[in-house]
Amino acid sequence: MSDLIRRTASELAQLIASREVSAVEVAQAHLDRIAEVDGKLNAFLHVDADGALAQARRVDAGEVSGPLAGVPLALKDVIVTKGLPTTAGSRILEGWRPPYDAHIVERMREAGIVVLGKTNMDEFAMGSSTEHSAYGPAHNPWDLERTPGGSGGGSSAAVASYEAPLGIGTDTGGSIRQPAAVTGTVGAKPTYGGVSRYGLIAFSSSLDQAGPCARNVLDAALLHTVIGGHDPRDSTSIDAPVPDVVGAARDGDVNGMTIGVVTEFKGEGYQPGVLARFDEAVSLLEKAGARIEEVSCPHFDYALPAYYLIAPSEASSNLARYDAMRYGLRSGDDDERSAEEVMSLTRDAGFGDEVKRRIILGTYALSAGYYDAYYGQAQKVRTLITRDFTAAFERVDVLVSVTTPTTAFRLGERVEDPMAMYLADLCTIPSNLSGGPAMSVPCGLSADDGLPVGFQVMAPVQADDRMYRVAAAVERALGTDRLLEQAPAL
Amino acid sequence: MADTGGITRADVAHLARLARIAMTDEELDHLAGQLDVILGSVARVQEVAADDVPPTSHALPLTNVFRPDEPRPSLGADAALAAAPAAEDGRFRVPRILDEE
Repeated sequence: MSDLIRRTASELAQLIASREVSAVEVAQAHLDRIAEVDGKLNAFLHVDADGALAQARRVDAGEVSGPLAGVPLALKDVIVTKGLPTTAGSRILEGWRPPYDAHIVERMREAGIVVLGKTNMDEFAMGSSTEHSAYGPAHNPWDLERTPGGSGGGSSAAVASYEAPLGIGTDTGGSIRQPAAVTGTVGAKPTYGGVSRYGLIAFSSSLDQAGPCARNVLDAALLHTVIGGHDPRDSTSIDAPVPDVVGAARDGDVNGMTIGVVTEFKGEGYQPGVLARFDEAVSLLEKAGARIEEVSCPHFDYALPAYYLIAPSEASSNLARYDAMRYGLRSGDDDERSAEEVMSLTRDAGFGDEVKRRIILGTYALSAGYYDAYYGQAQKVRTLITRDFTAAFERVDVLVSVTTPTTAFRLGERVEDPMAMYLADLCTIPSNLSGGPAMSVPCGLSADDGLPVGFQVMAPVQADDRMYRVAAAVERALGTDRLLEQAPAL
Repeated sequence: MADTGGITRADVAHLARLARIAMTDEELDHLAGQLDVILGSVARVQEVAADDVPPTSHALPLTNVFRPDEPRPSLGADAALAAAPAAEDGRFRVPRILDEE
C-alpha cells in the first residue's frame, strides 16, 4: 500500500486503468501520507478527503478516463475551487468559498485527476519562500529548517515528500520553477496564454501563468497537456493546439540541437556547488549530441528591477478588488465608520507585510511624476529583454541557466531583507517578461550542502515541446527522476 | 530621471491613503526605510538607454476578443451574496459612503 506513493503519475494511471489498484486505494494512500507527514511540512492549507475520494470513486466506476485518471494532485491555493476554501495564502480571503471553479479545475475533473487539497503559498503568490503565507511557512522535505521555495512551496513540498505525485503551481516571476529547483522536483511554466487564467486569482496579469509540478519530466508533460489549450473565458488564451510536450518528453533526444548557455547567469553571487552541477549537466547534453554555445543576453541583468516595477504596479491595481464590500474580510465596521475607513482598516488587517510593500511600491511607480522614470522605463526594458531572446533564438534552439543562484535557503534568513529574497528569482524572470516557456529539472545535489540544484531550460513562445525535450535529456543523462530517493526520511 | 530624494514617512502615508491601507505609524516608518532601498535598486532600469524603444505592456500581441452578445446562465443572487460580509434584502450591505455631518 505505502509503495503506491512512490509511483510516478503515469505508472499510477496505468495501474488504475488496468484495475490492478483502485483509484480510491491510491487516493487513500496519499491522504494517509498527508496525515502522517504534513504536520512537519505545512504543505497543505486544506485537505479535501471527501472530495478526493468521491472523484476517485467516479474513476473506479468508469465515469471518467484518460492518461492521468485517478492520479492525485496538490492544488496551489491561488486557483479557485467551487465550495472549497481558497485563500491565496491571505487573511483577507480566510474562509472564502468561491462560487465557481477555475478552468484548470474543470479540466482536471474531466480528466479524472483527484485533487487532494489546496497548498500553501506566499500571500497572493508574492514571495520566494512561503514565509509570506498568512498560515505559516511550508518546510522543505530535504531539510525542514529550509524553505521549499516560493511562492508555490506548498505544491513543491507536497510533490517532493510523496504527498502527491502531481501539483499545480503558478509562475509570475519563477514561483513554479524556483520551488521545483530547491526541492529536487520538476516544474514548468508554459508559454504565456498556454493555460487559461480563468479562476487564477490575479497577481500580475501580464505575467501570471499556471503550470505543472511533478517528480519527473513525463508526468509534468502529461499534466501540461490536460490543463493546456484554448479557453474563450481568458482573452489572452492562445487559440492553438498545445505543443506535443508528451512526445518530446518521451523522446528526449537532443542530438543536433543547439543549446545556448546564458553568460549573464553565472559567476559571482552564484553558489559554486550549484554552478558545478549545472556545468556537468551542460557537458552531458554535449555528450548526447547537442552543440553548446555561450550566448550573451545583456538586458537580462535588468530583468529583476524591471519585474519589481511591473509586477507590483499590476498588483496594486489587481488587489484593489479586496475592498471589504462583496466577499472576503471586513474589519472595523461599527455602523459609524465610512466605507472608505472600513476598506482601509480591512486592507491593513487582511494584507501581510510583503503584499502591502508591493501595493505601495506599485502605487508609487504608477504615480504622476514617477510613471515615466519607473513603470514606463521598465516596460521599455521588457521590450529589450524580448529582443535579447529573439536574437538568441536565431542562433540557438533553447537557452539554459541555473534555475536559481543558490540551493534552498534557511527559513528566516531573508524575510527581513526584501532585496535578498527577490534575488531568488533572478534567472527565472526573463521568461515571464517575454512570455516564452521555461522549466526547471533537477540536475543533482550541490556538493557544498547536499541539497538539490535546478537546471532551467528556456524556449521560444509556443515551443514548449523543445524545452521538455531538453529537460528530459538532462533527466535521462543524470537519472534525476530518482533524485528524491536520496532525500532523508520524514 | 526621477530622483526619489529619499522616501519619507509622509510620502508613504500619502501612498497608503491612495492604496486605502490604514497603516500604523510604526508600519509607515518601517516601510519608508525598505522602500528607499528597493527603489534605489529598481531605479537601475534608468541606466538603460531606451529613448527610441517602444514599451511592452504585454508579452504577446493582443487583439480584442469578441463573443456574441447573447444571454447566458450566470451566478444567481444567492450564490453571489453567499460570501458577502453582510447582505440584506438580496443586496450587499455596505458601510455609509457619504458623510452625514
